[in-house]
Amino acid sequence: MYRLRHWSVSNARMLEAFYNGFEKVIVKLHPLWNRLGYQRLEKPFAVTEKLVKGVLFDCQMCGQCALSSTGMSCSMNCPKNLRNGPCGGVRGNGNCEVKPQMKCVWVAAWEGSQRMSDPQAISQVQHPVDFRQLNKSSWLQVARSKNSSN
Amino acid sequence: MEQRNVDLSPAELLPILPGHSSPGRFERVLRAGKFAVTTELAPPDSANPAQVYERASIFDGCVDAINATDGSGAHCHMSSIAVCGLLTRAGYSPIMQISCRDRNRIAIQGEILGASAMGVSNLLCLTGDGVQAGDHPQAKPVFDLDCMSLLEIGRTMRDEGIFQSGRKLDHSPPVFLGAAANPFAPPHDWRPLRLAKKIAAGAQFVQTQYCYDIELLQNYMRRVRELGLHEQVYILVGVGPLASARTAQWIRANVPGVHIPDSVIDRLSGAQDQRAEGISLCVELIQQIREIEGVHGCHIMAYRQEHAVPEIVRRSGILQDRAKRMRSGTRHSSLKPPL
Repeated sequence: MYRLRHWSVSNARMLEAFYNGFEKVIVKLHPLWNRLGYQRLEKPFAVTEKLVKGVLFDCQMCGQCALSSTGMSCSMNCPKNLRNGPCGGVRGNGNCEVKPQMKCVWVAAWEGSQRMSDPQAISQVQHPVDFRQLNKSSWLQVARSKNSSN
Repeated sequence: MEQRNVDLSPAELLPILPGHSSPGRFERVLRAGKFAVTTELAPPDSANPAQVYERASIFDGCVDAINATDGSGAHCHMSSIAVCGLLTRAGYSPIMQISCRDRNRIAIQGEILGASAMGVSNLLCLTGDGVQAGDHPQAKPVFDLDCMSLLEIGRTMRDEGIFQSGRKLDHSPPVFLGAAANPFAPPHDWRPLRLAKKIAAGAQFVQTQYCYDIELLQNYMRRVRELGLHEQVYILVGVGPLASARTAQWIRANVPGVHIPDSVIDRLSGAQDQRAEGISLCVELIQQIREIEGVHGCHIMAYRQEHAVPEIVRRSGILQDRAKRMRSGTRHSSLKPPL
């Protein structure tokens, strides 16, 4: 959904506000998830997450979502899987070096990040992807980790 | 700029000075406030070491360090770690380029240790070109890390003595960490901030993409100075001679990320000897680049024109008092001892 992907970046601020609310609910429901069992919930959550975020962001289900710091542009759509900004090959028109028909996901990310509540979030260095999380739900991951760190 | 005297022969490993990361001279040259000169060696499509030495010997005495490219343009060549191993044996000072395209974190961390063990003091952390650009477009692109996480891993190995997994090293690699920068590609207003991010991840020096547009570089450097980044990282600006107007047009159309303004192409096509004009243009660019506050050196990429590098260095006058510098073994006796 290439066009929806760009709509999401244009509406990054709104989506961020929505997600922040959504995250609070998910984190709060931790006791419920715990009772039902995180393991058991993994599959239905992942399927739902893939559906929703697939439509909105062309989400690749890396399982460690960074959309909140990348202007709602999914960096896993970068053919080089860059997690920290654009490579030096961005074309003069802002399109991708590898896929000339596609707008660079990091050019989009930069635009989106400037619309979000913290435009500096994109400057934070992201750690390398943990490939064990591939195809797992990052929503559940957030619920689990935010509760274990409190 | 304040300058101090340093021992300038490139080869052997020196005691690591306080505040330095590596035993290499390249770092010393930069920290001493000299205008550093680096160049690039195209690794051969060959198993013959003589070809590496032949190519390196062109640069004898005219550069501070030699980049060994790692499958540049996604083309297959002799590996950068092997080229670097050969170069250190012969007394050259290499900058080993590491690209994330072909190896995962297990292989890369092993190579960092191996390179350091073979006397490599400088690493350049790159993401790498996409496989579609090269001679094996059917290959699997790895990209387990990106340049930023690679820098971070290099720094953690050096400063904390651990692998990314947290497992301890017996000896950490004393390496001077570099990265690439492209001030000439969009989004232009983000590029200086991206440099800041690379510094945060561990970059101590950067080498930029080819500069043919001084104005763009000046705008970039103005922002870099405003952010104070020029005091946190050594910036070497990329330059290179264009062989002809046709070559320039080809590069502009086919090599993403290289920005060549019309004025450069017009100048070349109007010249009688386009090759000589390309070299003169390169010399002039270096002289202009050198005047920009916050630039600490230049990186001469003369693909298929390597023989022009000594002339470019001599004519631009950038080596100053280091003109007599030679490899170890042929070192000039009047050079000062190490600090």
